[in-house]
Amino acid sequence: MPFEGVVMPFEGVVPATDDDAIAGVPARWVAAPASTDEAAAILRGAAAHDLTVVVRGAGTKQDWAAPPRRLDLILDTRRLAGVVEHAAGDLITVVRAGTPLSDLADALAPAGQQLALDAPLPGATVGGTVAVNTSGPRRMRYGTARDLLIGATVIRGDGVVARAGGKVVKNVAGYDLGKLLTGSYGTLGLITECVFRLHPLPAATAYVSRRATGVDDAGRMAAAVLGSQVVPSALEVDAAPDGGIVVTVGLEGVPEGVAARVTTARQLLGGDPTVSGTAPDGWSAYPWGPGDVGIKLTGALSRVPALLAAGVAARQRHGVPLAVRGSAGTGVLYAGLPGSCAPETVAGALDDLRAAATRAGGHAVVVCAPPAVRDRVDLWGPVDGLHLMRRVKEQFDPAGRFAPGRFVGGI
Amino acid sequence: MTATSMTATSTTAIGTLAARLRTVLGTDRVISDRQELRTYECDGLAQYRVVPALVVFPHTAAECAAVVKACAAAGVPFVARGSGTGLSGGALPHADGVLIVTAQMRRILELAPADERAVVEPGVINLQVTRAATPAGYYYAPDPSSQQICSIGGNVAENSGGAHCLKYGFTTNHVTGVEIVTPDGDLVRLGGRAPDAPGYDLLGAFVGSEGTLGIATEVTVRLVRLPETVRTLLAAFDTTDAAGAATSAIIGAGVVPAAIEMMDALAIEAAEAAVHCDYPAGAGAVLIVELDGPAADVEAQFVAVERLCRDNGAFEIRIAADDAERALFWKGRKSAFAAVGRISPDYIVQDGVIPRTALPDVLRRIGEIAAEHGVRIANVFHAGDGNLHPLVLFDDAADGQAARAEAASGAILDLCIEYGGSITGEHGVGVDKAKHMPRMFTADDLDTMQLVRCAFDPRGLSNPGKVFPTPRLCGEVPGRHKGAHPLQEAGVAEVF
Repeated sequence: MPFEGVVMPFEGVVPATDDDAIAGVPARWVAAPASTDEAAAILRGAAAHDLTVVVRGAGTKQDWAAPPRRLDLILDTRRLAGVVEHAAGDLITVVRAGTPLSDLADALAPAGQQLALDAPLPGATVGGTVAVNTSGPRRMRYGTARDLLIGATVIRGDGVVARAGGKVVKNVAGYDLGKLLTGSYGTLGLITECVFRLHPLPAATAYVSRRATGVDDAGRMAAAVLGSQVVPSALEVDAAPDGGIVVTVGLEGVPEGVAARVTTARQLLGGDPTVSGTAPDGWSAYPWGPGDVGIKLTGALSRVPALLAAGVAARQRHGVPLAVRGSAGTGVLYAGLPGSCAPETVAGALDDLRAAATRAGGHAVVVCAPPAVRDRVDLWGPVDGLHLMRRVKEQFDPAGRFAPGRFVGGI
Repeated sequence: MTATSMTATSTTAIGTLAARLRTVLGTDRVISDRQELRTYECDGLAQYRVVPALVVFPHTAAECAAVVKACAAAGVPFVARGSGTGLSGGALPHADGVLIVTAQMRRILELAPADERAVVEPGVINLQVTRAATPAGYYYAPDPSSQQICSIGGNVAENSGGAHCLKYGFTTNHVTGVEIVTPDGDLVRLGGRAPDAPGYDLLGAFVGSEGTLGIATEVTVRLVRLPETVRTLLAAFDTTDAAGAATSAIIGAGVVPAAIEMMDALAIEAAEAAVHCDYPAGAGAVLIVELDGPAADVEAQFVAVERLCRDNGAFEIRIAADDAERALFWKGRKSAFAAVGRISPDYIVQDGVIPRTALPDVLRRIGEIAAEHGVRIANVFHAGDGNLHPLVLFDDAADGQAARAEAASGAILDLCIEYGGSITGEHGVGVDKAKHMPRMFTADDLDTMQLVRCAFDPRGLSNPGKVFPTPRLCGEVPGRHKGAHPLQEAGVAEVF
């Protein structure tokens, strides 16, 4: 009899172990329901016992955002896994939230199809990917989870199960709750099932890369590609701490088409670019490791060179090995700093980057950082419409049960 | 359906509000004359008519906010209207409310091709964005059939689609930022020129909310690079089954065409009568397949598409030699709704979605529905994504036909739900389909959607009566609303 002598608050939960902390906050209980019904029962139990809940998938982003103010129950989705339906002819799939993206990819590949989402963090689940709206290089062509999610099942804090959207791509009946849930960091409810639109796997893929002489040269290359007809699936810049900057064009399509576009892309980049059938090192990965500081920088497309320049300048000004990598095709870059940097130094660099992002019409958000840095800096920066967001949270989760304090403005 | 007469109390309230709005907008931009008001009694769905109490024409976001603030202060409902081309009655006025027409807010504020963005006011016509961006080599992708007249603000409210959304997505995928007037009368920015603004994706919730969460006063849209090549073919088949099989084969081959459109024999007959599009004689169905993109990719895939059409029984394939011929192919399709007016005195345009693979079954069932109800049904649809536009033909002068047509139209929606589809793919729920929502969604689903409404508009003043069959009473928030519930005060809901 496990946990002998421990009195559980209700059926389905077990005591948490030392490993069950979220961003350093220990939990009291863990539940791993195996169905939407079981999960709803758990959440009703949590409500009855006034427990706060943090949803955990593979745990790849538990050090993202702010730590929960209070953590009673971890709701683990690992048993809420598996592909429910793959309607290949309709290019859709219904999948449980705890399914790893890689498992889903394996299930779809035999039909020549894919959920066109990159997985910057290996092992990440479908639910975690939607909850945080992570994306990679191919967002340039396919968009993000926001664009690919066409339906979702969500359980509210009061245990009510609701479905939004549907199983067809084209559907404007009712509010698009899927978009509201995407990127909500688990603060509105528990997503148990997702419906996605799928895309065919490309018959051919190629990567054309060239080292830039500097920020201006990288900007020139990016602008040339954007203004051309090569229709890239990805346009990435990678500025390493050693000063090197590489621009890579990712191309997908039918073999004849890709071959022709590789030729054009080589001319656009100039010099002597390398062409490969496999992605370059670091492709789709964040420029930071566990325990480091990760910052997401966004801006208008034409201001990507300015964001890159701000990164290079911050590196020199603050004397830190700052790396910047990301999508010059969509205006979403990531900056990484070692976790060993002094909080004061990170704060200084962040101020510079945030000022640059604001000038670029975007934002600088600290997505992950060691506790000392998190305590020192404003993770999110300015947030438009925050009062409306608070009202949304108040409506969906009036008891403040889901991941309190984890999101913008302390939501 | 006609407007209910105003109560004495609301007449006084409206009189006071009209005076207030005239100080904001001037006398010429506030209409209260009954005859003039009638111009605005319906949108593109003319079977619903309600004369609004007032119509106003703001020219700026600040004016729009002032109007909404005045409405909120007076507890008067308001409805936004762009060009008024909507097909679900989304811009149907409220008898005791203010109709806010954004059609005069029609400036393109900025074209930024290097950012792949344009910033426009809500009254800007969809096609004008493309026309403005074309010289720079860009265009605005969402292309509803009404794109020569519909407004971007209306597109945002309805999350409009179009023939090319199979490949390019809907309005929601092409709007990166909005400035809105909230139902409280505040101006708030959601999103912007850059993607992924921190916080909840309120922009995603707002697009397609049919005017129930506020009014867009500025819209930042994506501009897409004009494709290098566009190739279009018209394939004629004996049956819709064969055309459907060809569609499946194309999608199954991993091709993502810009558009695949189908018309059945009755729809072709109507189009011929109206615009003489000269489609192949004797066709039981035609497909228009359009590919766009880089030349080498398009050429390779176009060959495959042509072969797949032939393999699936196309008896004639025409390939557009130039833009003029391509326009002719599309003319028949784009004019199909209006064209059925040539072969029937009255018709209902339906909009439903099914999983594409269910097409043959569903078309057979639609045929049965037509026979059962004694009406003719022409089928026009976006075959690639299973978005059906059945046109139910009837004669209003004939006894009982209108009711039978209405019943047949409703039965088609039930069919869409039965096959796991949707009651609307692009026209919206509006006033027309609110009653169908409980058949597609559970009470809990609808309740959860309305939490968003409660967050934005707890008093239910912004476009009341649309989307949801029954307004949700928004939970009391401690320290706020005292006395009667705001929805009751606004006369929008009753407590039972």
